[in-house]
Amino acid sequence: MADLSINFCGIKAPNPFWLASAPPTDKAYNVIRAFEAGWGGVVWKTLGEDPPPVNVSSRYSATYGKNREVIGFNNIELITDRSLELNLQEITEVKKAWPDRAIVVSLMLPCEEQAWADILPRVEATGADGIELNFGCPHGMPERGMGSAVGQVPEYVEQVTAWCKKHTKLPVIVKLTPNITDIRRPARAAKAGGADAVSLINTINSITSLDLDKMVAYPNVGGASTHGGYCGPAVKPVALNMVAEIARDPETHGLPISGIGGIGNWKDAAEFIALGAGCVQVCTAAMLHGFRIVQEMKDGLERWMDSKGYNTLDDFMGKAVQNTTDWKFLNMNYKSIAHINQDDCIKCGRCYVACEDTSHQSIFQLVDEATGTRTYKVNDDECVGCNLCEITCPVQGCITMVAVPTGKPYMNWTQDPRNPRAEIKETA
Amino acid sequence: MIESLKYIPQPKATNEELAGHFTDLAPPLNARQAAIESSRCLYCYDAPCTRICPTSIDVASFIRNIHEKNVNGAAVTILQQNILGGSCSRVCPTEVLCEDACVRNHDAEGQPVKIGLLQRFALDNATLDGHPFKRAPSTGKKIAVVGAGPAGLSCAHRLAMLGNDVVIFEAHDKSGGLNEYGIAKYKLTDNFAQKEVDFLLGIGGIEVRHGQKLGDNVHLKELHAQYDAVFLGLGLGASRALGLTGEDAPGLMAAVEYIAELRQADDLSKLPVPRRAIVIGAGNTAIDMAVQIQRLGAEEVTMVYRRGFDAMSATHHEQDIAKANQVRMLTWAQPQQVLLDEAGRVRGMRFERTALDGARMVGTGLTFELQADAVFKAIGQAMESAALADPLAAMLKRDGDKIHVDDAFRTILPGIYAGGDCVSLGQDLTVQAVEHGKRAAMAIHSDIQAKKGAAKWPT
Repeated sequence: MADLSINFCGIKAPNPFWLASAPPTDKAYNVIRAFEAGWGGVVWKTLGEDPPPVNVSSRYSATYGKNREVIGFNNIELITDRSLELNLQEITEVKKAWPDRAIVVSLMLPCEEQAWADILPRVEATGADGIELNFGCPHGMPERGMGSAVGQVPEYVEQVTAWCKKHTKLPVIVKLTPNITDIRRPARAAKAGGADAVSLINTINSITSLDLDKMVAYPNVGGASTHGGYCGPAVKPVALNMVAEIARDPETHGLPISGIGGIGNWKDAAEFIALGAGCVQVCTAAMLHGFRIVQEMKDGLERWMDSKGYNTLDDFMGKAVQNTTDWKFLNMNYKSIAHINQDDCIKCGRCYVACEDTSHQSIFQLVDEATGTRTYKVNDDECVGCNLCEITCPVQGCITMVAVPTGKPYMNWTQDPRNPRAEIKETA
Repeated sequence: MIESLKYIPQPKATNEELAGHFTDLAPPLNARQAAIESSRCLYCYDAPCTRICPTSIDVASFIRNIHEKNVNGAAVTILQQNILGGSCSRVCPTEVLCEDACVRNHDAEGQPVKIGLLQRFALDNATLDGHPFKRAPSTGKKIAVVGAGPAGLSCAHRLAMLGNDVVIFEAHDKSGGLNEYGIAKYKLTDNFAQKEVDFLLGIGGIEVRHGQKLGDNVHLKELHAQYDAVFLGLGLGASRALGLTGEDAPGLMAAVEYIAELRQADDLSKLPVPRRAIVIGAGNTAIDMAVQIQRLGAEEVTMVYRRGFDAMSATHHEQDIAKANQVRMLTWAQPQQVLLDEAGRVRGMRFERTALDGARMVGTGLTFELQADAVFKAIGQAMESAALADPLAAMLKRDGDKIHVDDAFRTILPGIYAGGDCVSLGQDLTVQAVEHGKRAAMAIHSDIQAKKGAAKWPT
């Protein structure tokens, strides 16, 4: 079996599945249950200065799919509402009992060096393996000048990271907020400040839904609501892109990344790792299903790695980064067209109406006069290979996108004669 | 009181116990089940379920409305195509219509969306504020509809909606036709047929006159003279005869007559229930008869059919209901003689084995006898000859004994239309009768308007 163990910026863990800083890692009781279930590490829910904040009642809300499966999850909880002393004591005890698991302590403090200088030795004394700087929390804490209020200003990110590097020997992971235009800016700032790694994404500002009778958004706190932080499967595409942006940015390339955002199974994790993540953090999936999900995540990842001949995570880590590029470097001469497998087709007509109404009118609906049976066929001459029919088809594998040899060599937009600004050059 | 069976004992069970055997055959979906089931619909384009539905209900649309918690929208989507959508959701053979056509019935899944139950969910749970349809401005026209069954009611409703006034002439004491008198009790529970009629009449402009029987105290010639048009939704009032000696003996009766008594009975324990019963036939009425008599307490119920299972007009689903109710099904045997006891009452029946000779079914000469306390014939219905006996009615062109109509449900006599089981189109399904009535109403309306030279109702 493949070896799932990792050494992430100096932090060792038996597997890359960590629980993100969140309610599941708020106290020893939960963390011990997580370790018993097999999680490789945890990022302890964010500690701050005493007195701890107080939470409101009614804290979460969600976006649902057709079968009430949770697609997106929203929360307005603050950092730990337990005392610093109690948390530090529990961290010490748990680390002692579970020495092979990674325990990273998430921290959020005002932008004052002394505050960080005071807390870091106490965290180090617990035996924890590293710290994560919470620059991402988008709700509540930014109103107090912390969380994403820091993460949105690259200069602050660099400054606080530098203070931490100065006051502790522990690896410093900087957690980034996605509520920003260009994720590369704070990542570069973190690197400039000496960060050992970045973790992303934190949650996205969100309002999931409204109670239209009461005219108030969820979660409803006594007749009013506020925006929360969005996570769960819905945010995975945003997270994957941001991870890829950092992984392929020449300035941050090689900086260890802890991938976060909508990871619920082994395949999600493999995708983050393929785009450059060295470990992954999970929260929503565990909150919805319990800690036991790590069992299937580990088993699935191991078996997939075995089937591909990958012995360690390093064997495929970042392997998809080289294939993630700017639009202008895509091959203008590549062509694919849809193919409908008539044996699998259930004749629902979804591909037809999608293409006919909203795309390129490239699917024929053929009606057998005698039986009334509908048959759907791709018009190969008109199909632009957009994938819409494949996406809307309810039968997996019925519609496939087939590459069509054009006999033409690679040519990107910068070389394309149709581009008025083409830099037509011989490729080396 | 059923004259023919008056000497047969009544069940030992109480009315309450027996009523427990006639609750919903297919219990309704609750909100959670409806949410799960509606999520399975793929919202097909040009959907096969809609194409196969005789009334062309936009199934994908109403199911999407259910899923989006717009139950009233779902209900109106159904009702605008099929005003008797509530009874159709209970009695339609969906297994050969929409649910057979459902793309999720494909080999790979084999689990169609439960369209019938979802339709029922929408109509049962809608909270409509009054009747959902408004009448168009009055046309000043008055149309006679004969028969308050599904075809007549559907026709009357659409005519009223288009701005016409309607008088329905109905022979029975209650409206509803077979929904009230003919469908198995466990398919239309809780007095649903009357509730649906009340809802339908809520549009206004429809007067129902009961005790009015065509060929008896109402005549086509008069209706034709007095009204702007006439729609005949007569149904098939006569049960086909076996053509055997002893057919009128006590103990032998038409299944539809027994079912009508059962449906109207206030006290099920007062019905005569034979210990051993034979049901001749293999249509849905035969199954309804066999299953209901079994549920009333008959010990041995045997359905006898002259051909094999594949030729039965009862669907596989219906056959399964019979099997689940311990009804014995005997195929390849035809009635030969009614056996009578000394008192001249039915004591059983002699059957002749049948077989196929090429494509033809023939008697083999081999016979056997079945003992029974009662025999119910369910070998099909026919037109009541008296209904069309007056001189004008006699001029109607017929296909066999059914009334000939064109594809807009016009008979050959101008101003006279017909639909439902009494015409030659279709397979005598409730949902087809509803469509006949609806389309006949549109033809009547447009023919009258064309004659008047006025603009047609916008479609």
